[in-house]
Amino acid sequence: MSVISYGLVRARVRPSGSMLARNWIAMRRAWVLIVSGGVESLLFLFAFGFGVGSMVGDITLPDGTAISYTAYVAPAILANAAMMGTLLETSINVFAKFKWMKVYDGILNTPMRPGDVALGEVWWALIRGGIYVGMFVIAMGAFGLLDSWWSVLAVPACVFIALAFAGIGLTLATFFREWTDFDWMMAVVFAMFLFGGTFTPVEAYPGFAQPIVYVMPLYHGIELVRGLSLGAFHPMMLVNVLYLMALAAVGTWVAQRRLAKALYK
Amino acid sequence: MPLDNEILVRARDLRKRYGNHEAVRGVDFEIRRGEAFGFLGANGAGKSTTMRMIGCVSEPSGGHLEVFDLDPHTDGPAIRARLGVVPQDNTLDTMLTVFENLTVYAGYFGIKRREAKAKAAELLEFVQLSARANDQVNDLSGGMQRRLAIARSLINAPDLVLLDEPTTGLDPQARHLVWERLFQLKQQGVSILLTTHYMDEAEQLCDRLVVMDEGRIIAAGSPRELIDTYVTKEVVELRFAGRHTTALAELALELDGIGGQIEPLPDRILVYTDDAEDTAAALEARDIRPTSVLDRRATLEDVFLRLTGRALVEDEA
Repeated sequence: MSVISYGLVRARVRPSGSMLARNWIAMRRAWVLIVSGGVESLLFLFAFGFGVGSMVGDITLPDGTAISYTAYVAPAILANAAMMGTLLETSINVFAKFKWMKVYDGILNTPMRPGDVALGEVWWALIRGGIYVGMFVIAMGAFGLLDSWWSVLAVPACVFIALAFAGIGLTLATFFREWTDFDWMMAVVFAMFLFGGTFTPVEAYPGFAQPIVYVMPLYHGIELVRGLSLGAFHPMMLVNVLYLMALAAVGTWVAQRRLAKALYK
Repeated sequence: MPLDNEILVRARDLRKRYGNHEAVRGVDFEIRRGEAFGFLGANGAGKSTTMRMIGCVSEPSGGHLEVFDLDPHTDGPAIRARLGVVPQDNTLDTMLTVFENLTVYAGYFGIKRREAKAKAAELLEFVQLSARANDQVNDLSGGMQRRLAIARSLINAPDLVLLDEPTTGLDPQARHLVWERLFQLKQQGVSILLTTHYMDEAEQLCDRLVVMDEGRIIAAGSPRELIDTYVTKEVVELRFAGRHTTALAELALELDGIGGQIEPLPDRILVYTDDAEDTAAALEARDIRPTSVLDRRATLEDVFLRLTGRALVEDEA
């Protein structure tokens, strides 16, 4: 039984691994491009954490504990890095491969299925997101922003964010028609970054705005990463994880359906 | 163990509809192991669509299709694992080098890396691209890209290679290089299915072919059989300086009875005949004096013209 199920898993995962290998080989000549994306998050940390943080000092959370503003903002910027890494990879790069370079047209002439392609792109986006997250966590540690050993858990928490935005990005890539469509995506991303609980607790917003924040995927990511890096556990974290996983699953499924519809014509 | 006459592809009343447009309107054919089979027809005849259905990247709208005795609807990946595909636009991976295009593609078939590298080197040798192995795909000429696409299609040692218009858009020299490679594959016993709108290509490469027009098969057989069945042995081409289209159509009426069928084209009149000398004599007798008379063997182009009333490649007519 175990042999059969192992074989089955391998048969289902191996093809998406080939897609991953393709991206790795294609991008290893452009690794500077990937690393430069991580630098952006570090700049945010400097600007808001140390710049603004030095003026704000400590803040008091809704539950009464007081922490430095830099320690409050850093996990949110980490969550943002995980989001940007995967969202840019899956939306822009997948769009380019899909509509522009017609990479998938060639691939679907092989035993690979649209689901294998979508899954392979998710794996690859996780790696790119992981590079950003890794760079950022090292910087956080260097600046003494990792308060407890629990903060190590912030890294796996970022995996949930990365999965969710990989799913979202893949689906968007199949809907986009031209490059200008990305401006809309970036506007929404920026709004989430500003208002998703990055700089202030959600409770600071007026009542009507709070439900909008609760829908934002980034908000759930920020809550999760912040809670873990501050060592402040909460049952709501389970909701955060489930919400992000649901987005990942639905996004990837919709994307492979739409790839199939567009390419199996 | 390959059996003689083993049937690789079997289509019955195969159809494909896009909205209100029926691109393929019920075609029947069988492709056997070891043969080079062609779909000949003008653009939009339904050749590529039929090819895509066989390649399991397009779902038939009706009829029955079997590839390697499997059902494309349920066994797409298993069928594609045994096919080699050269699409019309190559679909090479422009982010990869020439060599990587082969090794990465091998990965999609689950071929191990070491084996893929050995096979890739061997195939680059076959298509004479070994010297370009580390170049970017975009630096290759059109003919080289097509040869690379052919090499890529062979990476999984396919039972059947599908080529969609393999030499369209290539200059004559590049075409001949591609034909040479395909001919060599044929010699090795590789089964080939190709679409083309070049009759010389079909005549040179295909053992058997079907002529498609507006989604239907209008004739089937070997190139020789088709010529014997539908046209006479010889064709006399008459040109009359300064006279075109309607003027030629009127003139064609005067030629009635001079040979077999008379076919006026925009720039010349074709007279199908079994004896060109008789025809020349008859022209003389009727005092019709063309500015040039060309006597040639009938080709598949004539078969197509005869069957559809249209030239195969409009701009070359």
